[in-house]
Formats: sequence, C-alpha cells, structure tokens
Amino acid sequence: MSIRKTFLDEFLLTIPSFTWLFVFFLIPTLIIFGYAFKPYDIYGGITEGWTLDTIKSLANPNYFLMIWRTLWLSSLTTLISVALALPIGYQLACTSKKLRQILLLLIVVPFWSSFLIRIFAWKTLLHPEGAFKQFLVWAHIVNADTSLLYNSGAVLLVMVYTYLPFAVFPIYAAASKFNFQLLEAAMDLGATRSRAFFHVLVPGIKKGIFTAVVMVFIPAIGAYVIPDLVGGSNSEMIGNKIAQRTFVERNLPQASALSALLALSVLIPMAGLSYLTSRSKQLESVARNKE
Amino acid sequence: MRKQKFCLTITTLVLVFLYLPILMLVISSFNDSRFGGLWSGFTLKWYERLWNEKNMWQAVTNSLIVAISATCVSTVLGTTAAFALHRYKSPMQKIHYSLIYTPLVIPDILMGISLLLFFVALNLHLSLFTVFIAHTTFCLTYVTMVMLSKLQHFDFSVVEAAQDLGADSWVVFRRVLLPLLAPGILAGALLAFTLSLDDFVITFFVAGQGATTLPIYVYSMIKFGSTPIINALSAVILIITFITVCITQSLTKE
Repeated sequence: MSIRKTFLDEFLLTIPSFTWLFVFFLIPTLIIFGYAFKPYDIYGGITEGWTLDTIKSLANPNYFLMIWRTLWLSSLTTLISVALALPIGYQLACTSKKLRQILLLLIVVPFWSSFLIRIFAWKTLLHPEGAFKQFLVWAHIVNADTSLLYNSGAVLLVMVYTYLPFAVFPIYAAASKFNFQLLEAAMDLGATRSRAFFHVLVPGIKKGIFTAVVMVFIPAIGAYVIPDLVGGSNSEMIGNKIAQRTFVERNLPQASALSALLALSVLIPMAGLSYLTSRSKQLESVARNKE
Repeated sequence: MRKQKFCLTITTLVLVFLYLPILMLVISSFNDSRFGGLWSGFTLKWYERLWNEKNMWQAVTNSLIVAISATCVSTVLGTTAAFALHRYKSPMQKIHYSLIYTPLVIPDILMGISLLLFFVALNLHLSLFTVFIAHTTFCLTYVTMVMLSKLQHFDFSVVEAAQDLGADSWVVFRRVLLPLLAPGILAGALLAFTLSLDDFVITFFVAGQGATTLPIYVYSMIKFGSTPIINALSAVILIITFITVCITQSLTKE
C-alpha cells in the first residue's frame, strides 16, 4: 500500500514537467533530424517522401569554410574567456569578503543586462562615427578608413565580451573551495610562482575550468545574433546560415540539416565527456576500494 | 604579492572593459546630436520620443504577457520537478533529469529552430501563444536547477518534526514547506521572469506577425536604421536590470 502510494506521489510530481519537456523539447529536437531527410518545395513547404539531397549538399566547400570559421571563432572565444577568468576567479577567491561582494555584483550586473543592448553598445563604439573608432584614429592606431565593424575580429571581441561572465562564475566557485595554503606550500618547496599556478592551482580547480569551457563554448558555437549584428559576409557562422535558410530562403530541410550538424557537434563531445568522467569516477572508486 | 597585483590589474581592466560600452551608451542617450561621436548638449528629447512610441509600448505589453504567464507555469512545473528529482532516485528520475538538463547544454538557436519546425509540423499558427510555450520550456530548466540547489540545502528534519506532531501532508506543505521555500521559489521565478523578458533568439524563431516582444523590437531598431531613441530605451532597460539584480541578490543571500 505504502509503496504504491509513494509511486503515485512520484508519478504525480514527475508527470507535469516530464510531459512538458517530452512534447516541447524532445520531440522538436528529434524533428530536426527528421526534417533533414525531407524534400522541400519552392513555396517553403515540405513535401512527401524522403531524400538524401539535403545531407549531400552539406559537402559544399562554402559550408566547409563556414564551419571551420565557426569552430575557430568559438574555440578562440573560449580560450580568451577562460584565460581572463582565471586571474579574476583567483582575485575573487582571495580578497576580503566586502570587496568580493562588490566585485561579484559588478560582474553580475552586465551579465544580467540585456544581451542585445550589450551588442548594440559595441556596435555604436566600433561604428565609424563612434567614440572608440574616433579615439583610435586620433591616437594613430588605426587608419581612418579601416572598418572596425563587420569582420571576424569584431565578432570575436563581442563574443568574449558577452560570454566572459559565464567563465568567471564556475572558476570563482571552484577557486573559493581551493585551499590556497597549497600554493604557499608548493612555493616553500621551491616551485616558481607560475609553476605553482599551473601545477597546483589549475589542477585543483579543473572542474571549474571544465564547466567554464562548456558554458562559453556552447553558446559561442551556436552564436547567431553577434555575427549577424557586428559581423559581415566574411564572418558568418553556422547560426547565421541556419537563420538565413529559415527566414530568407524558407528552406526548412537545409536549416534542419545544418541544425542537426550543430546539435551533433555539441552533444557528441558532451556525451563523450560525461562518459569519461563517470568512467574515471568508477575507476577512482575501484582504486580506492582496493586500497 | 606580485601575483595578487597582476590579478587585481586584470580584474580592474576587465571591469572597465565590461562597463565602458554600457556607460558610453547611457551617456549618449542624453546627447542632443543624432550621431554618437560628437557631444552637442544635454537633452531629454530621446526619452520623450521613446515615451510617445506606440510600437514600443505594444512590445512591452506583449513581453509582459509572455513573461508573466511563462513564469507562473514554469515555476509550478519546475518546483514539482525539483521535488521529484530531490526525493526519488528511480530510473525514471534519471531520464527526467536528462530531460531537464539537456536544454542547458544546447545552443539557443537549436531550441528556436526545433520549436519552429514542431509548430510548422503541427500547422500551428505562430503567435504569442507559441512564444509562451517556448519560454516556459527554457524557463522550466532554470527554475528546476535553482529549486534543486535550494532543496539540497534544506533541512528536512522540520518536515519530520511536523509529521511527528501530527500534521498531514497538506498541512506540512502549506504551513511548513511553502513558507520556508518561498524565497527560493521567488528567486527561481525572478530568474524565469528576467530570462523570458530578455530572450531574443528563441523568440525570433517562434514569434509570428503581431507577436513582437521587446527584444524583437530592439533588434529591428538595431538592424534597420536606429535613432538615438534606442539609446534611451537601453538606458531605461539597464536601470531596471540593475534594480532587479539588487533585489534578487538580497533574496538569495543566505
């Protein structure tokens, strides 16, 4: 009786969110993969039957260039963000409580403020008549007719600007649990400061670094608005192509095929990593049991 | 000591990097000149024009309708989901957890396009209703995550105490759990509300004609020729955000 009641309770608590996500998340995601094999008509509809043409069209060299660009832009964004977040996380973990709270609030506010507005702020700064451009020309750093906007550099800059807080929080969270006496111990034992940093601190907070990489890389690889607003035709990313196929050409199978590619390039590494971590956890516990 | 100084310098520089563009935007919203580069006097005329912008008010109304309804539904669904995940460890909860968690590790654009394809397949007309469904879906994940972390720090012995004293499960829920978890639920709801108000990418895919939300309105202003009205709008949104963040921080402080 009691077991049946617990099961009923569990069922009632689980079913609302489970059903919602099953219908509005799982099924739509599977549809992406399905539509990639559907033929389309020129009116933007989807016709009966199945085809491999859309998948074959992904072999286009233009696509290859765009995918390569997406990969290096998002990897570089991740690298720069994590490299900047490490000293910030360290700083946050080491300072007095009062200063830490102020610094955290200062980092949280831009993170919460509208995504579009932050991109727009950079667009006005980099604009030919914008303050930043004027300053650089005045300081003779750039030529008056170099464009700061509509290139891969602008996309990279704004992506780092937007996603940096995603890297700071997990690294700070890990660093605040780290025992900093270990660093002193390493240096007492003769390690140089950088050696202590890379061989003691970095492995100590590797979980935080890993989360930071995931948190930055995932939105970066799927970025659409940033290359759309500050990038040009030579800095298009996969997100732009998906939107273009959807809204401009109304070719939903093409959009699906590209989305499926993006989904696989995120989900396969994630699944692999979670398999590896669970596997290493198992090995660790086996090793511990042997001891 | 040198390390400390190096890290402090980087932190300061990054803060300047984070705030400079925002500050410049707020300053230029008071600039009389149409173009950003030159300062030609203080004015409030952009704010006045913004106030009289009918389309902006329509977009704000749409955004609020979606945000309020999506927040209510996702808070209820997310809270029950967190209870289920926290209390039971069955195989069903494993699948449940992956359903909750996977939207977090998927780029926004994929959720947008997948829901668009889903609505197209169902022949569902794109409207504010489809936007509401999309927003509830992504808010649900965040609300559950917030509630789950609150439940992990929750002292369940008070529940046992209440039961020992003869309270039935409804009384326990109503008089013990709900009041104690209210700040957590409120924090989750606020998070859902802000995320819904700010979302552009997913909304852009599932919003049809006449379902313009505030971010879509801002986007079209950025994309297709903008007057400094958008600077004024940005400044207003930034100030509202600042106040919301302060409220949320004081709610979540332990």
